[in-house]
Amino acid sequence: MWTWFYKLASPPYVYGAAAALAPWFLGFAALAIGYGSIAGLAIAPPDYQQGEAFRMIYVHVPSAIMSLTTYTVMAVASGIALIWRIKVGHAVAAASAPIGASFTILALVTGSLWGRPMWGTYWAWDPRLTSELILLFLYVGVMSLRSAFEDPARGDRAAALLAVVGVVNVPIVHFSVVWWNSLHQGATIVKLGAPSMPGSMLWPLLSMWLGFMLFYGAVLCVRLQGEVLNRERQASWVREAIKS
Amino acid sequence: MTVGTWEAFRLLVHRELCLSFRRPEQLVQPLVFFLIVTTLFPLGLNLQLSLLRDMSPGVLWVAALLSSLLSLDSLFKSDADDGTLEQLVLSGQGLTVIVVAKTCAHWLVTGAALVIVSPIVATALGIPVDAFATMMLSLALGTLTLSWLGAIGAGLTIGLRRGNVLLSLIVLPLSTPLLIFGAAATDRAISGTSVMGAIYFLAALCVFTCTLAPFAAAAAVRITLE
Amino acid sequence: MTGGDFWSMGGYARFVWPCFGFAYAVLGWNLWSAWRQRTAAKIRAARALAMAASEAR
Repeated sequence: MWTWFYKLASPPYVYGAAAALAPWFLGFAALAIGYGSIAGLAIAPPDYQQGEAFRMIYVHVPSAIMSLTTYTVMAVASGIALIWRIKVGHAVAAASAPIGASFTILALVTGSLWGRPMWGTYWAWDPRLTSELILLFLYVGVMSLRSAFEDPARGDRAAALLAVVGVVNVPIVHFSVVWWNSLHQGATIVKLGAPSMPGSMLWPLLSMWLGFMLFYGAVLCVRLQGEVLNRERQASWVREAIKS
Repeated sequence: MTVGTWEAFRLLVHRELCLSFRRPEQLVQPLVFFLIVTTLFPLGLNLQLSLLRDMSPGVLWVAALLSSLLSLDSLFKSDADDGTLEQLVLSGQGLTVIVVAKTCAHWLVTGAALVIVSPIVATALGIPVDAFATMMLSLALGTLTLSWLGAIGAGLTIGLRRGNVLLSLIVLPLSTPLLIFGAAATDRAISGTSVMGAIYFLAALCVFTCTLAPFAAAAAVRITLE
Repeated sequence: MTGGDFWSMGGYARFVWPCFGFAYAVLGWNLWSAWRQRTAAKIRAARALAMAASEAR
């Protein structure tokens, strides 16, 4: 039963799986993001309070969710790599970091553009925004630390430790709107109970969320191939693998 | 002759303190930096003392944060350079004890010194005397937490080129809750409202960090030394 | 919604369209950057294998 888990620790297996899965992830991601964008921009009715501006939710919320999800994946992969000394974990973490950082920047910028018409300001030092900014600094710190070491294996381990230490920020970002009086609105989807949004607005959002997830999967698979190759350059399976 | 854990801890702290006091100029530098940075704000902003008071908690805490960061680089560096760190690891005492001893000694000579010097800086910034107790308590808790966060960062960046820049990049984002609640505690003390909420939060952060950080810092040193 | 309404987004066009535009730009950058990184890794691996083969000779 656990053989699938052991297979995931094998670099050639992971390389092959990533190569096979990437086009599928990308194809379905394109469909989901395409439907979500069109439905979100044209089909969903305008909001009672926010008018057409609410449509920015369709890029802001998925990117914010993905910024947190990617960090969690990076931290879990780093933890697995540190505890069980599985190098593929380091490859997953290294591949995820730039993707997660780009999602965080996207969340901050789209949020800022949404904040200007809604709250009257491009930025506020509010708990949710501040902790998301800290998340960006953590991503940058992990990437900088990994590249600062001459020995890549040591760099991997140091960056992995930092990723695990920084994961404490992820629940802070998520619960910041609950724990403090925040300008940012509370959770509408990722919470206990039914979502507080009507169906015609919700479906495009769920589709965009799914699309972003699949997109992350696709880009992760491509980057993962590169990261695995970087760590396994001399291995015998590489000769066959790079011919494709 | 085998040495017990508590005895090893005592010996290591004693060693660290002896080494620190052998070069008193090195001890004074972060404190002088603290004083200089705090004076830069009133000079640059040209405010009256009453207006400066509103900004003073933040200014004080940012200055404390930056001057603590300066001294963190030396936590492991000199011992790693001359091979003492490896000898300590080989001694069989367990890296966690070594890291705890070094960090405690480091806090005593930097964080505690900062707390003692803070009334001088506070007077320069216009903070009233009855806020001093809260300010010093919040600084004590805060600098201790910061020493531990810095120990993790210092362990990760031993021997790296431009390690101190990377150290700041790692430690500062992790220390933002500290800054927010430390400044809030001092601010509430100045305005006379209840400080206990912020102090409890600072204490919680301190306890959380002091219990978990030793293991993270020891793991960090182990990674760099391997 | 009519055509004009769509582009003006109820007056919020200068926020909504840059927002979506930046989102697609970030997604595009991710794809481009990942492909570039993978190609570079393949080239480096090929070079390393060639060097190892010539050393073994």
